[in-house]
Amino acid sequence: MAAVKLLGASLSPYSCRIICALKLKGIPYEYIEEDLLNKSPSLLQYNPVHKKIPVLVHGGRPICESAVILRYIDETWPQNPLLPTDPYERAVALFWIKFADDKTSSIAMMYLTTGEVQEKAAKECSEMLETMEEHGLVEGKKFFGGDEINMVDIAFCLVAHWLGVIEEVTGLKPFEPHKFPKLNSWIQNFKSVPVIKESLPGTKTMLAFFKGRREMVLASKSS
Amino acid sequence: MERGVVLLDFWPSMFGMRTRIALAEKEIKYEYREEDLRNKSDLLLQMNPVHKKIPVLIHNGKPVCESLNQVQYIDEVWNDRAPLLPANTYKRANARFWADFVDKKIYDLGSKIWRTKGEEQEAAKKEFIDCLKLLEGELGDNHYFGGKDFGYVDVALVPFYCWFYAYEQCGNFSIEAECPKLIAWAKRCMQKESVAKSLADQEKIYEFVLHLKKVFGIE
Repeated sequence: MAAVKLLGASLSPYSCRIICALKLKGIPYEYIEEDLLNKSPSLLQYNPVHKKIPVLVHGGRPICESAVILRYIDETWPQNPLLPTDPYERAVALFWIKFADDKTSSIAMMYLTTGEVQEKAAKECSEMLETMEEHGLVEGKKFFGGDEINMVDIAFCLVAHWLGVIEEVTGLKPFEPHKFPKLNSWIQNFKSVPVIKESLPGTKTMLAFFKGRREMVLASKSS
Repeated sequence: MERGVVLLDFWPSMFGMRTRIALAEKEIKYEYREEDLRNKSDLLLQMNPVHKKIPVLIHNGKPVCESLNQVQYIDEVWNDRAPLLPANTYKRANARFWADFVDKKIYDLGSKIWRTKGEEQEAAKKEFIDCLKLLEGELGDNHYFGGKDFGYVDVALVPFYCWFYAYEQCGNFSIEAECPKLIAWAKRCMQKESVAKSLADQEKIYEFVLHLKKVFGIE
């Protein structure tokens, strides 16, 4: 079995997606923490196009972009499949994974920006949550994947775990549990899955880090 | 509910063209329905309630949205002919990576080239060419991005070729001068019937862009 390495960042939700998938499939791997302010020569060599984490290295060959990595893992290690086998159901799942990729950046924008730009990000985040509630989640289904979590649930880990921290750091509150009952249930269910619980970074560390980043953003705006 | 295959589309859309090419490669008979994007049909709004966008592929009454998703779906369902994604998992990941790169970069940069002027336009032109050069690097000496055979990345990228003329006119530059290998690849793709009949005419695209500029009040 060729060696598996993951270049990641402990507080990155995209890195977390990969950890969740590897752990769900029981794949042993070596984890390398990258300092994103001082990227290693390895990272720049493995991902010359985007220079970003996560990068999965399997048998010495790199795979980049978290959504691409997730599919590679699912296809290479078929145990505990993370996508439906039916092509139509799979297309629906891939639609939601792309939606997660396209829309969850509004959450990062909420702490990275101020003023009108920040307001726009908060509005986009609200719209994303409304869409998930109305179109993505089905009453009675525990997860996007049904009774078990799948790739779509993993793709939305940013919403389940990072959004709360960003809300606390910025004072903005796009997610109100009573307004999003299905989403609220999903978040509780998702975070209760043992593999997910052990893959998510600690809230205290996240708060300290994002508070610090937020202060830097505010400081640079006022200077 | 309808049986068979229906494509809700808009003639200049490079995303719709991807799906048209995939359907043509697999020789699938389908009904093409032109959407008026200023007056979207009830069917479109019902089939893609989240984004309300074309293209939408409807197969046996069920919608598949997002063009690359549609191409993968077509490849999986009609898997007995003209494979678009490689069989090897690593090569497949590589193909998805580059199709994702096209999605992330080419449309937005191309749009900026015709929508903006001055410094913003110059910056967009430069980044656009840089991205095309990266794609040339990935193509290497291969006939297609898929290697010997036309494949997924070729489908993802080639529709933009019919928009290049409009970008060049608006940006006052030559893409062929900067990226001759890529243009040679595009012309090679245009030799294929599935591509030639799916792409719009570049002069018509340029007329369409000029019309959009008028509508948006862009000089």
